[in-house]
Order: sequence, then C-alpha cells, then structure tokens
Amino acid sequence: MSYIAKPIARHPKLKRNALGLTHRDYEGAMSTLCAGCGHDSITAALIEACCEIDLPPHRIAKISGIGCSSKAPTYFIKQAHGFNSVHGRMPSVATGANLANRDLIYLGVSGDGDTASIGLGQFAHAVRRKLNMVYIVMNNGCYGLTKGQFSATNDRASPSKKGAPNPFDPIDLCQLAITLGAGFVARSFSGDKAQLKPLIKAAIHYNGFALLDVISPCVTFNNHAASTKGYEYVRAHNEALDRVDFVPLENEIRAELAAGETRDVLLHDGSTLRLNRLDADHDPEDADSALTAIRSRAARGEVATGLLYLDPAEQDLHATLGTTARPLNAMPMSELCPGADKLAAINAKFQ
Amino acid sequence: MMQKAEMARTVDAFSPARSRDGTPPTDTSDPQYFHKVVDCQYACPAHTPVPEYIRLIAQRRYADAYMLNWESNVFPGILGRVCDRPCEPACRRGRIEEKPVAICRLKRVAADNKGDVTERLPRVPFQKNGKRVALLGAGPASLTVARDLLPLGYHCVLFEKDPVGGGLMRSNIPAFRLPAKVLDEEVDLIYGLGVEKRFGEAVTSLKAVIDEGFDAVFVGTGAPKGKDLNVPGRAEADANVHIGIDFLTSVAFEHVDSIGKRVVVIGGGNTAMDCCRTALRLGAEKVMVTVRSPRKDMKASDWEIEDAEREGVPVLDNHNPAEFLVENGRLVGVRFDKMRAEYGADGRRKLIPTGESVVIECDDVLMAIGQDNAFPWIERDIGVEFDEWGMPAVDRTTFASTRPGVFFGGDAAWGPENIIWAVAHGHQAAISIDKHCRGEPITERPAPGANLVSQKMGIHEWSYSNDYDNGRRVPVPHADQVTALRNIKVEVELGYDEVLALKEAERCLNCDVQTVFEQPKCIECDACVDICPVDCITFTDNAPEPELRQMLRTPAENLEQPLYVSSDLPTGRVMVKDEDVCLHCGLCAERCPTGAWDMSKFMYVERQAAPVCQRHLDAYLD
Repeated sequence: MSYIAKPIARHPKLKRNALGLTHRDYEGAMSTLCAGCGHDSITAALIEACCEIDLPPHRIAKISGIGCSSKAPTYFIKQAHGFNSVHGRMPSVATGANLANRDLIYLGVSGDGDTASIGLGQFAHAVRRKLNMVYIVMNNGCYGLTKGQFSATNDRASPSKKGAPNPFDPIDLCQLAITLGAGFVARSFSGDKAQLKPLIKAAIHYNGFALLDVISPCVTFNNHAASTKGYEYVRAHNEALDRVDFVPLENEIRAELAAGETRDVLLHDGSTLRLNRLDADHDPEDADSALTAIRSRAARGEVATGLLYLDPAEQDLHATLGTTARPLNAMPMSELCPGADKLAAINAKFQ
Repeated sequence: MMQKAEMARTVDAFSPARSRDGTPPTDTSDPQYFHKVVDCQYACPAHTPVPEYIRLIAQRRYADAYMLNWESNVFPGILGRVCDRPCEPACRRGRIEEKPVAICRLKRVAADNKGDVTERLPRVPFQKNGKRVALLGAGPASLTVARDLLPLGYHCVLFEKDPVGGGLMRSNIPAFRLPAKVLDEEVDLIYGLGVEKRFGEAVTSLKAVIDEGFDAVFVGTGAPKGKDLNVPGRAEADANVHIGIDFLTSVAFEHVDSIGKRVVVIGGGNTAMDCCRTALRLGAEKVMVTVRSPRKDMKASDWEIEDAEREGVPVLDNHNPAEFLVENGRLVGVRFDKMRAEYGADGRRKLIPTGESVVIECDDVLMAIGQDNAFPWIERDIGVEFDEWGMPAVDRTTFASTRPGVFFGGDAAWGPENIIWAVAHGHQAAISIDKHCRGEPITERPAPGANLVSQKMGIHEWSYSNDYDNGRRVPVPHADQVTALRNIKVEVELGYDEVLALKEAERCLNCDVQTVFEQPKCIECDACVDICPVDCITFTDNAPEPELRQMLRTPAENLEQPLYVSSDLPTGRVMVKDEDVCLHCGLCAERCPTGAWDMSKFMYVERQAAPVCQRHLDAYLD
C-alpha cells in the first residue's frame, strides 16, 4: 500500500459524462492491495464503466464478503452505498437489500474463496432466484490474504508458488451459473479492460442475475511461471469467443459492422448489446453451446472469455415474486404496516 | 476494435516484435529528453536547477540553495526580486491549476536566509595565467564573464561609464524593487574575486581598448538608448518630455528628485511600469500609463502591471500618442488617437484608428517605448561587422563577433532582453574567451553534465516529497502602501517569511524526479495506468506520433510536451506517457509490482568556463 493519498489534481481536459462527472469522481479510497493486483484493474474498469454509462454514484450499492476482493468496494465510488458483510454471505445481504429497494444498482463483489468455497451455497441460490444484480468474482485461484493457499477455482495443472501440486479439479463458476439458470454469464481478464468494460456496462443494464467471472492475477502468490491464473498465461491462452459493445439507449445504432458476425440484442431498458461473434460455433443464447464452448477450451488449457451465455428473457426475482414496484422506503407507514385489523383479517382467511 | 487487436496479439504475443511505422522508442540516454521535462530549468536561460533548490529550501538548507543559484545565475538575490522569470510560465504547476510555483520569490528566500557563504565561493589563484581580458560595461553580462574567468587566473579589467557598477540593474531598476544593499552585495562578491575597475570613464573607441593589448574583449554595454517619439509638439514640449530610462537613471543617481503633479507614461513594457511607480514616489499625484496596443498585447509582465495598478496607476490601452499640446511654451497635455486592433488571417495585428481622440492633461511625460543599441564608439574598420540596422554580427553559440577575440553579450548582442539572458550570454562568452585564449577552437562547446539517480528509499518511500500538496500560490506580503509611496527606497515586496516559503515550496511538483520506465520488467498489469491521478499513462498499439497522441487515455494535445514511448512490450503494444501534466507523485512506481517504473532524480549541469565555479552543481554528478 502507498503512504500518500492519491492526489486530487486531475487532468484538466478529462472527459465528463452526462452528469458532469469525470471518472475521478467515481473513485474510492486508495487501494491497500498489493501493487500490481488484478483486483485494482477490475476496480478501475468498474470506475470507468460506471462513469461512461452516466450512473449516479448514490444510486449504486456495493456489497461484498471477505477477502482481498471484498476489500475492493472501498476503492471505488465512495459516494455509493456499501455493505462489507460476512464471509460468503454477500448474496444474502444483496438479496435483502434488493427486495427492500429494487431501484438501486447492486454490485456484488466477491472472490473465488468467498464464492466457490464458503459461499458456494449462497451463490447457487442467488443465481437460482435470478436476483437482479451484477455478481463480480475477482478470481485469482488462491487465498491471497492467508498466504496463497489454493482456492476451489485453481486449475489442477497449476501448482503453488513453491511448486506444491494441486490435487483437485477446479469449480468453473461460469459453467455452474449457466447450469443454475443465470441470465448473463461472462468471463474476462483484469488485464484486458477493452473487453471487460463493455461487459460490465452490459451486466449492469441486464435485468436479472449477471455473473462476471474475472480472472485477476494475484501478483504476490499466483503469478509465477507455472500458474494458469498469471498475467502471462492468461494473455497467451485467452480465447475470446465474442466481442461485446454496449450501446446505451440514447445512442442511435449504426449498422457499420459486417453482417452475419454481428447480432444486436435489445435489453428491456432500451439499451442494446452488440455482439460480434468471433467463434461461429458458439451461440451465446444457447446454454448447451455455451457450456460446450467453455469445456472445449478448458480441455485445451485455454480460457474462454467474453459473453458466454445470455438469456434474452431477462427474468428477475421481483417479477417471480410479484413484489411491489416501489421501494419500501418510498412507502408510507400506513401501507408498510397496515395495522392489527388488517393482520387479523389476513389470519382469518387461513382459519 | 481493441479486442480484435487484442485477439491477434494473443496469437503471436511472444513472437518477435513486428515492424511498423510506429513512433520510435524515446531515447532517454540523450540528456535533453529529461532536461525538457524539467520545464522550469529548461526555460531558464542559465538552466538553474529549480526543483533541486526549492527542495533545499524546503529542507531549510538556504545556503545550499543559494549556491546552486549563484553558480548557475550569479545574482540570486537580485533575480529573486526582479527576474523576468521565464521559468514560471513554463512551470508544470501552471498547467494543473491556475498559477505556477512562485519560483522567483523562493529564490529570494534562499538569498535572504543564506547567511555567510564566503567559505563556499571559488578561490582565485594567486598565480595569474598571464591573459588580460577587457569587459566593457559593468552590467550583468560583463560581471558574469568576470566571475567565470577570474577563478581561472585571468586578469579582468571592467570598464564602466558610471562611477559605480551594476549596469541597468542599478540605473534602470528602481530601489523600491531592488534595494541597493542587495545589488551591492552580489556585485561586490565579483569585485572581491579581484577585478580591476576602470569606472567613471566612458569608452570612446574600441580600437583604443584593443590597442592596449588585451587578449580578448567582451562588449557588454547594453542597449542604453531610449527611443524617442516624433509627433507634433515634441520639440516645443521638450523640457517636460523625458526618455524613461534616462529618467530612471537620473533618479537612481539622485540627479532628479521631483516631477510634475500630473504625469503621463507612454509605453506598455516593464520600463513604463517602473517609470509610473517612480513618478508616484517623486510626488506625482495623478499618474497614468498609456499604451498603443490592447492590454493583452502589452509587453510588461503581468505581475508588474498588477503592482502598478495596485498603487493606483490606471493603464489606458489603445491610446496612440498623436500630439504634445503646448501652451505658452509649456506642456499642458497629450492628445491620443484611440486605436482598435484587427488581426489578419495570418494572425498579424494591425492597429487602426477609430477616429476618436482624447486629450489627457499633464505636466510631464515619460516615454518608455523601447530601447536601442548604440555603438558610435566602435570603429567600422577594425573588423567588427555590423548589419544595416547598426547591430553587430554575433554568433548565437559562441557570442563571437567577426573580429577574433571580440565578443558580445547581454543586450549589446541582440537588443533588450533581461538579466537572466545576460547571465546566460556571459557564461557562454566566458567559455569562448577561455578557449580563444588557449588557442582552442571556440566552436567546440563542452557537453553538459547529466545524472540520473533512483530516489527509492523503501517499498513506498522516496527521498523526495512526493505527496501532492493542493495549496494555492502563496501571495508575497507587501509593505504598507502609504509608507512605500512616501519613500522611494522602501522595498515594496517583503518576501516570504519561513512559514510562507515552506508552504510555497511544497507546491513544487519535483519535475526533476523523473518517471523512468524499464520495458523488460513490465508485465502489463495496468497498475500504473489505474493509479495515475492525471491519466498520463496508456498502453496501446503503436502509431505515428500525431495519431498516437490522439489514442491516449486523454489526448496529448500540448504538442510542446514530449511523449515518452517504450519499445515493444510482449503483447506488441507500447507504453506511452504524456509528460504534459505528470505530477511526479511516484504512484506509478509505487503501484508497479516489478519495479518497471522508478523515480529517479535527473540533474542537468550546463558547463561553464571554470569548474571551480560550479562545485556545488558538480557534486550532484558524482
């Protein structure tokens, strides 16, 4: 960590968004993570993405569990709401908050330990319930805070820094999410913001559960030559299946790309996902095709990245439960708590 | 687009670098690259190491700070008050917020608090080298030549028409800006090195000087002739129309101690500002400055205009003097034609009369509309060539005239500049004179010294103050105006006290502490890009420079500032840093996991004639 605060001075010609804010207005406190940590790059991508799609900082809720990754919400959008919860319990807190106020944008920030080990059950049920949130996994394959032990996402072929072999196969969170019914599943790499940023924007605009599994090298414990989660390995084995451009509502769509490879997907809020397929065999709207694409790459030691699966139906928990459209904090007390007579009447119906 | 490129890169990420028409990697082994990043030092004609002396001031090492200045610019106490400060418009701070660091006034702090520096001054050898050099005019240019040559054993003879030395620093700069005590101290330092003075007699023939058998002659006689204005009434009003610099000289030598109640100053340069403020102190009640051009085109430094206005002098722009009005043989006013500026397609200005004219009543007029050189005392048949405007032919590098052994410098060379330029000329002329006297070719100039030293002290610790200070420029306290206007010798600016100086010193961005990038160590993790507070680092495909400038995180539109481009990285991209608004905060180096970035202090030392005159500077090169 650095001893000095990040200077408040900024480039005088920095671009401003529709709210008049620059990306520097979406920053948080100075990161205390290791120098070169992939998590800081993901943080930077989040900062720039939120700025570029003109999100009001105070309409965002950042929720996290425990771990290096879960410290990260401190380092972006300091004006946003935040909840640093218990290890692996970020989905429960996010579910509660989302049910109470559906108007905020929920950014869940978690790690491979927080999600694939202690929080696997919580993760599975948030996916299954199709909670409307962006679930970001900063995935480095190890427990950085406790000296780099293997996590459940570490590849079997990837030994520890000291050379100890990893005896177990990894949990592939993307495959798991697709199987459990997630609507938006993408994988990216902290070292490739050009890919990551549009995916973040699209995930935020997607109405439903959106998983972003971002490979994020741990420079201290898992960036050695034999690691499959290091900068060098991922760069050399990154197989992008498609390229996503996010087109906000107000921007007119110009058909300038070659037809056939490009498909526009209209999201429920009017914005558009422009999908440029780089692998003709991969159909991101077909779960089987997506699972096959991921598995075939993994078998070759490659990492499939990009938008892996997209369910255009955009289902979310509020629709399933038929909850009120208004946030609870916007309801008058008389509606929130109609009184003893009303309760008695309801109880009477069940007698 | 990016991602497709990214894809292609991953395929041949580890293949040898492809040849492209990109911007070539920056050659940081050329000392001029990092020198240019130190904007203040680069802009200073004498290349004073500004950030280093400000750092010494911040450490309260005033004598050390003074010596770096003295060795570079010879007159820190004087320049700390009256320098034209080319460093300040160049200061990077001025591109980040409104105002540059008060470099000039910090220099004064070093001079004010230096204590006794006698022990640090160069010693003059007892055994002379037998060479005699004539220095004509005892102004800053000649004094600099003397300072550089005396420690080498030269016998220097200083000629001056006035009874005291200092040149325009004494005669044209009023005492309320530059007290005689300060001037005397620094001029005396040079006298103390053993110069022979021939003061009080004007040189009337260069040939006669040469005939005395000098090994070299340096002409540093300045631009002593104030311009006159020939408009109707000029001759009739002569008794009350004064040439500005002559007036200032007369006041400086106490030949004049009064002026009329109503004074009009004609001209918009710094001399005009000195004239109006001097007139106020001689008892004038109503003083105004008139200038032909629009205010924004005035030649005077902004701060000098501000100082005049603060003392209640209005500046009337677009006023072109048309006639001196005389009644009963006495000046009663000046008639001005009002002007309007028009700018042609080529940006050239034309002043056009609006047809309106105004009369300003006055008792005296001071004319400060420029200065000319005058060399009636240089014979035209001794091999010193002049051009059609009567200016000598002087070599821009060696300061040599067309006659071997005769050199020019300061205002005498190319017309009016300011003190710091005269000093720079003096250093170069001294090198030429030394080479000339040794029989070496004067066109071979000594290479500058340069050094780059890492400032890393620990994991996140640097040996410089890298924490950005958000403070605004600290104003310099002024003397009470009523008192100041009553006495011409009361210095208006009081200078920073220690508290203010330390505050201002922290505003310096340490531009001499360079961001040095080692391409082979970089793993392209983006940490530096993400942390940089001013978005000046980009990893991108290479391209020719004009395109590359547009491809950066924030386009590099300040074309005067260089791009720092690395050689090809493993992904085929390059690191590009726009030097323009870098804060030199060192966060890129702190966040770099592999030490590919380092903060290294760059010292640049311009070579002078006498190594013994730059021992403090040279100590940084070890």
